[in-house]
Amino acid sequence: MITLEKRPQPSRVWTFATPVLAVVLTMICGGLLFAALGQNPFVTIRTIFLDPLFSEFAWFYRPQLLIKGAPLVLIAIGLSFGFRAGIWNIGAEGQYIVGAICGAAVGLAFYPTESFMIFPLMVIAGALGGFIWAMIPGVLRVKFGTNEILVSLMLVYVAEQLLASMALGALRNPEGRGFPGSRNLTQYPSATSWINEGVGMHWGVVFAFIAVIFAYITLSRHIFGFHVRLSGQSPRAAKFAGVNPGLLVLICMGISGALAGLAGLFEVAGPAGQVSIDFNVGYGFTAIIVAFLGRLHPVGILLAGGLMALTYIGGEIAQSNLGLPGAAIQLLQGMLLFFLLAVDVLTNYRVRPKHKVAT
Amino acid sequence: MDLSSINPILLLASLMVAATPIILAAIGELVVERAGVLNLGVEGMMITGAVCGFIVAVNTGSPWLGFLGAAVGGAILSLLFGVLTQLLLSNQVATGLALTLFGLGLSALMGQGYIGIKAPEFADWHIPLLGDIPIIGPVIFQHDPMVYVGLIIVTAVWAFLKYSRAGLILRAVGENHEAAHALGYHVIRVRLLAIMFGGACAGLGGAYLSLVRVPQWTEGMTAGAGWIALAIVVFASWRPWRLLLGAYLFGGVTVLQLNLQAAGAAIAVEYLSMAPYLATIVVLVIMRAGRAPGSLGQSFHASR
Repeated sequence: MITLEKRPQPSRVWTFATPVLAVVLTMICGGLLFAALGQNPFVTIRTIFLDPLFSEFAWFYRPQLLIKGAPLVLIAIGLSFGFRAGIWNIGAEGQYIVGAICGAAVGLAFYPTESFMIFPLMVIAGALGGFIWAMIPGVLRVKFGTNEILVSLMLVYVAEQLLASMALGALRNPEGRGFPGSRNLTQYPSATSWINEGVGMHWGVVFAFIAVIFAYITLSRHIFGFHVRLSGQSPRAAKFAGVNPGLLVLICMGISGALAGLAGLFEVAGPAGQVSIDFNVGYGFTAIIVAFLGRLHPVGILLAGGLMALTYIGGEIAQSNLGLPGAAIQLLQGMLLFFLLAVDVLTNYRVRPKHKVAT
Repeated sequence: MDLSSINPILLLASLMVAATPIILAAIGELVVERAGVLNLGVEGMMITGAVCGFIVAVNTGSPWLGFLGAAVGGAILSLLFGVLTQLLLSNQVATGLALTLFGLGLSALMGQGYIGIKAPEFADWHIPLLGDIPIIGPVIFQHDPMVYVGLIIVTAVWAFLKYSRAGLILRAVGENHEAAHALGYHVIRVRLLAIMFGGACAGLGGAYLSLVRVPQWTEGMTAGAGWIALAIVVFASWRPWRLLLGAYLFGGVTVLQLNLQAAGAAIAVEYLSMAPYLATIVVLVIMRAGRAPGSLGQSFHASR
């Protein structure tokens, strides 16, 4: 038998090696899964992980990488602050929806006025919407000690209902002949988040990169980043260092809410185009995988966001070309998170053969 | 709005049905948490149970076998969580979330060929005498068997935790795993068994949705029921009887909002549909939770 022996310090080599190992294991198990579904495993894996980048139609898929990756990275960066400090905001999906609704509402209120002021106002409204939605579980935890995991998750379902009511009611396109869904924001030049649709550039991509740099500097150079890391590793030591735990909860929830709200706004004003019932596609949940895959490190999250965007696009290609069911991709993403958590044991523990202790 | 169209007897009767999936899932999670493990994957185990139960029931034509299949499916999935958190010492919060994401994908894949089929139903059984009592009969004694199975499981768990030696060991492991280990109990083994019981119960709860409540298979049909079950465990302060109270409270809100929708209330349907989730939040805020098991959510590793 084998036994685990705790390392005095987490292994540096394995910290970098485990995400790669998890991806490789996922590819192997995913291949077995696809084989069980009656597909050629090698072709499927190549379609999902390589075709978006290197096939003859890659010019079409590469911009998609930015479009899918930007919201994932934005949300995951926000979540990583809280996750590091042991604050579990699981409701990013809800904050993403509310940010989109608030931002789009501001834009639609000005329709059809053209002004350079409209888009910045929408950005502020989107961030504020996500921020306020995240403040609900934050304040409830600080004031009443309620569990932020459960409250933030319940609010996802509330936000989904709110989205349906907005798409069918208050924000519905008055010229839409009764169809649900708002006006298309991409056809309203002052309110669209596109910079260049042809290469997949929108303001969300820009903000995602800014968020990565901002998070990197904050976590490695600023006292707040130190407090966040300290609270996660040792809450007692953090108290002695003068960390106000309540304030930390509010700030971490606020950052992740605002970034998720921003992601929602950029999506609704660009790639999605309108507030509709099926606007949210689960970026808020996938971002949790991205945050862990990136080891809660800004640069890691950027790479992980790219990889996860790749599986989204590759999954779509496999769906249309090979007839692979969409749920298989969802399963593959869940599998990736499982493997990541499983091989993480190597970072903190040494695997040793068990030897009998002489007594 | 026509309030007179709401029949209070039917309302109370459907309340018991609406609460049953939550009771089943929550009582399993209660045992898991009393053993000191926080499994946030209830939603994933429930939906996997829902699809496993549905597939087995459709293929065998027996709802009983369906429920058995659901329990086995839920337990197998929970074992994945058990191996990761207990043997590979992964973070329980993250692993639970992974289990939910994985379960949602897995169930969607498994249930592909089963959309739009109707599940076989329980043979109509009428409890003699008890079912004929006016008012109380229709409210309490005219349900499908699984409603009573749920209540029996709650009673059994209560008795197990309070009176049996094994229940005492389980609570000891949950309160202080270091001490339990020092006394010679197998912390990991106890926890793995508790996790599997939780998975089986969550599977039953999910199957109740797909076989009795709806009764059809649709993707993502649990719609947060697993998370509500988790909230109700906190509400119940980890005690079985209060869990029943919480589940019926929740069932009441669900049934009432459905009835108000049907009666044509002046409030939009979307806002009424928010009610169960908002009620859960309100309950979490108002009820000061009792003390959680001491070792809840911590990994155990017997270091030398």
